[in-house]
Amino acid sequence: MGWIEDSVASVKSFKLRQALHQAVSLGMIVASALMIWKTLMCVTGSESPVVVVLSESMEPGFSRGDILFLYMSQDPIRVGEIVVYNIEGRDIPVVHRVIKVHERKDTGEVDILTKGDNNEGDDIPLYAPDQYWLHRHHIMGRAVGFLPYVGWATIIMSEKPVVKYVLISALGLLALTSND
Amino acid sequence: MLFQTKQKDYEREGWAGLEAEQQPAKFSSEAKRRTPNMHSFGYRANALLAFSVTILALICGIASFSDNFNSPSPAAQVQVLNINWFRKKPDGNDEVSLTLNISANLESLFTWNTKQVFVFLAAEYKTPKNALNQVSLWDGIIPSKEKAKIQIRATNKYRFIDQGSNLRGKDFNLTLHWHVMPKTGKMFRDNLVISGFRLPEAYR
Repeated sequence: MGWIEDSVASVKSFKLRQALHQAVSLGMIVASALMIWKTLMCVTGSESPVVVVLSESMEPGFSRGDILFLYMSQDPIRVGEIVVYNIEGRDIPVVHRVIKVHERKDTGEVDILTKGDNNEGDDIPLYAPDQYWLHRHHIMGRAVGFLPYVGWATIIMSEKPVVKYVLISALGLLALTSND
Repeated sequence: MLFQTKQKDYEREGWAGLEAEQQPAKFSSEAKRRTPNMHSFGYRANALLAFSVTILALICGIASFSDNFNSPSPAAQVQVLNINWFRKKPDGNDEVSLTLNISANLESLFTWNTKQVFVFLAAEYKTPKNALNQVSLWDGIIPSKEKAKIQIRATNKYRFIDQGSNLRGKDFNLTLHWHVMPKTGKMFRDNLVISGFRLPEAYR
C-alpha cells in the first residue's frame, strides 16, 4: 500500500513547475498521436486510413475485429476490389466487394454495385432509398492489407462505453501519480 | 588503472567504501519519491507488453513480405455451355442468363500465409455509352490448397444486366479474377482474361 502514501504525498507537495511539465508532456503525446493520424490520412489519401471490421458480411475472409488498411489512389475502381464506402445518412462505413462497374465514356464517372462476400444478395438494401448505384465520391478507400484480431479493443470500447471510461480514468490517474 | 581500482573498491566494500557524500540517498524518502522503482511489477509488465507488441508487428510484417517471393502460375479455362435465355426487361435493359463451365488450377497462389483465395468470373464489354462494363457472374471461395483445382458447371450467380439495350451480338471477355487474402498483411489481386465470346444477335 506504499503507493497510496506516495501518491498522497505527491499531491500534497504540489509543485507548479512539475505539474506544468507533466501537462506539457501529456500534451506532446496527444499532439504527436494526432500528427501521426493526420499524416496517415495524407499518405493514404483516405479520410479514415484504418478501419475495424464490424460485421460478419465478409466472412471467412474478414472476421469481426480485424483491422483493414485503406489506400485511395486515383486509379479507376474495378470489379473485385474491396472498398469501404459511406452512405449519406448512415454513419457506419461498410466494407464490401465491388461486383459491378459501369464506367461512362464521356464523363468517366462510374456506377458501382457492391456485395458482401457472405451475404446472399447485393447491397441495394443498404444504400439510400432510390439509390441503385454507388459513385466514386462515396468510396473512402480500397482495402490493401489487414491485421487479424487487433480491432477487438475498439469494438469492446464502442459497444461497452464503460470500458472506455474506466480505461481513460485509469490512465489519467496513472499520469497524475507517476513520478516522472 | 585508476578506474579499475575504484571499481574493485565498490565490489569489495559495497557502497560503504565510498566517501560519505558520494553515497546515493537511497533510503531517504525524498529519493524514493523521485526515482521510479525499476524492478516493480508495473515496470516489468509494461516493458514486456511493449516488447511483445513490437515483435508481433515485426513477425506480421515479415510474414507479409515473404508472400512477395511466391511467383504464381495459375491456369484457367472457361466455356459458355449454353445461353439459357436472352431478353429485354420491362425497364429497357437487356438481360442474359448463361451456363458456364469453369476449370482452373490455382494451387500456385497459396503460400503458408494465405487464408483463402476469393475467385470470381466477370464479363467485360464496351457499349456506345459506357467505356467499360464489368459484371461479376460467379464467385467462389477456395479455403485451402487442396481445394484449389476447381471444375464448376453453373448458371450465373449474379444477373447479367446491361445499362441499356446493347447486348445483342455483343463481343465480350470473360475474366477470371482472384484475390489472395492473407492470414496477415498485404492482399494480392490479379486476373486472367479469356476473350472471344459473343452473345447471340437476337433475343431468345
